[in-house]
Amino acid sequence: MNIESSFGPFKKKYQIGKIAYLAQEKGLILSSGIEIKNFPIAYQTYGKLNQDKSNAILICHALTGDQYVANQNPVTQKDGWWNFMIGKGKAIDTDKFFVICSNILGGCMGSYGPKEINKKTSKIYGLDFPVITINDMVKAQNLLIESLGIDQLHAVIGGSTGGMQVLSWSVLYPHKVKLLIPIATSYRHSPQNIAFHEVGRQAIMLDSNWRNGNYIEENSYPSNGLSTARMTAHITYLSEIALQNKFGRDLKNKQGFLFNFNSEFEIESYLHHQGNKFIERFDPNSYLYITKAVDYFDLESDFNGNLSEAFNTIAKINKRAKFCLISFSDDWLFPPSESKKITYALISKGINVSVVAIESNNGHDSFLVKNEQLENTISGFINSN
Amino acid sequence: MKIRYDLKIVSKLVKENSTALDIGCGDGELLEFLKTNKKVDGRGIEISHIQVSNAIKKGLSVIHGDAEKDLLAYPDQSFEYAILSQAIQTMNHPKEIMIEMLRIAKYAIISLPNFAYYKNRLHLLLKGKMPINKIIPYQWYDTPNIHFCSIKDFKILCEELNFIIKNEIFINSNQQLDKFVLLQKYSNLFAEYGVFLITKKEFKTGDQEEFAFKKDFVLGYKPLIPNPIFKSFKKN
Repeated sequence: MNIESSFGPFKKKYQIGKIAYLAQEKGLILSSGIEIKNFPIAYQTYGKLNQDKSNAILICHALTGDQYVANQNPVTQKDGWWNFMIGKGKAIDTDKFFVICSNILGGCMGSYGPKEINKKTSKIYGLDFPVITINDMVKAQNLLIESLGIDQLHAVIGGSTGGMQVLSWSVLYPHKVKLLIPIATSYRHSPQNIAFHEVGRQAIMLDSNWRNGNYIEENSYPSNGLSTARMTAHITYLSEIALQNKFGRDLKNKQGFLFNFNSEFEIESYLHHQGNKFIERFDPNSYLYITKAVDYFDLESDFNGNLSEAFNTIAKINKRAKFCLISFSDDWLFPPSESKKITYALISKGINVSVVAIESNNGHDSFLVKNEQLENTISGFINSN
Repeated sequence: MKIRYDLKIVSKLVKENSTALDIGCGDGELLEFLKTNKKVDGRGIEISHIQVSNAIKKGLSVIHGDAEKDLLAYPDQSFEYAILSQAIQTMNHPKEIMIEMLRIAKYAIISLPNFAYYKNRLHLLLKGKMPINKIIPYQWYDTPNIHFCSIKDFKILCEELNFIIKNEIFINSNQQLDKFVLLQKYSNLFAEYGVFLITKKEFKTGDQEEFAFKKDFVLGYKPLIPNPIFKSFKKN
């Protein structure tokens, strides 16, 4: 089923592609205890599912990513966010694998989220949308996989927030996954990262146009808040070296300082550009819900402070399961030390794990930038196992 | 399948269908050889991220890490073999590494260059300079080899740690010395390097077993975790 959805302050309408309505008979109970039924999940697939349904790979997108992983995004008109990785003859070869990517629960690219209409009240959900968690997103993905008739995934791959979903898959559905590739991620969201998220959320909620989350109904839009949130987040996606290399202290006006408060430095205009682009495609309330879900993620405390126990079930019931953890040297959002802790937990349970911290200079965003070592590691891992 | 000569010697000491951890596995040359030829379920640790990616590309399970820190993560007796090829002399704490290896594996296979090889001795004696040759090709100021020892030194340490040498192979110019009885006897003089299969001393008689249970079995070091030797007794 194809549906249309509206985006940005001017409510531009776009076709957002394939949608599946899930949990039609039996509802899905969320972490908060609220039950959701017959809800939409938007997704894209690439390649063909083979006869024994053993070649499916699920890609889990990051915080503000979407299901358009390897084809043109109808809203931004840009290539998919992992176009260099997925496709014919690429690292994740769609001639060999059936690749699925769905927009996360709480997202705004067609999946069930706060800008959808509440059937009970016929109004847009806004803050009436239930608070969701990473586990809830994964449970929705699992329903989608079931609806596609797939019993076991050859691989689950994801970076950042997507990596958390990969880890959650190994805990919630250990029998349904063979290879797991969590990239630039962690077993929990650190206090520093929660702090940055909160600044972003406050920027949105303090914008008078946010209107307690009812901006769509009230014909308003917290553009400044959302844009500021995105600017803050973008600083964390890069690194000091990346900012130095890309922008330095370069000025837009080559003649020198203007002695006013317009944005003068290249880095400033870069952030403004990122902020302005973002408001055209992302729903402010959705940003609140998803950042909250990421902040809640903590596998360690889910298992009483013992991360190893999170992987106890997969160690016992799925001997074929293999992990490949990838991190990046200059990622300060999810530094390699976080991945090391996951490694130790996996090793302590005797789980087959490979780990690499790739030398990088694009910070956290390194996994979104073409990188031969990243491509080789992933393709080697999924093709030889 | 071609493989570096010293790794081939190491592979001879590994039984088929066993499990092994290769410490400092590089791009996984040995692990791949063992997987293909001996159906060994192998894992590796490697410090270079490029080499780790190369190994993962081959379908091997390798973690990016530092043996001196990360061996601690492995549970007791999780492998049959722990392998350390030509690297013990580069470790900050070779003794602790050996203890760790035999904590996580039943057997340790260690290959090391013999500093007391006669050419090294002559080099030092006649030229008065640190020896440089095919096996130890570095200048003293840029060598990764910070803890050189001779075959004799290594054996003395094994003795001290209550480790027994199950098998030893001595190599000179890519040939095994054990073909010549005389040279075997003078291995510390004629071997360029040695490969050792070592394991912990086992206590078979009831008395010793009782003794081992009653009193913590001190190996000249303070174990960080309860000594696995008790577990192996329980299994038996």
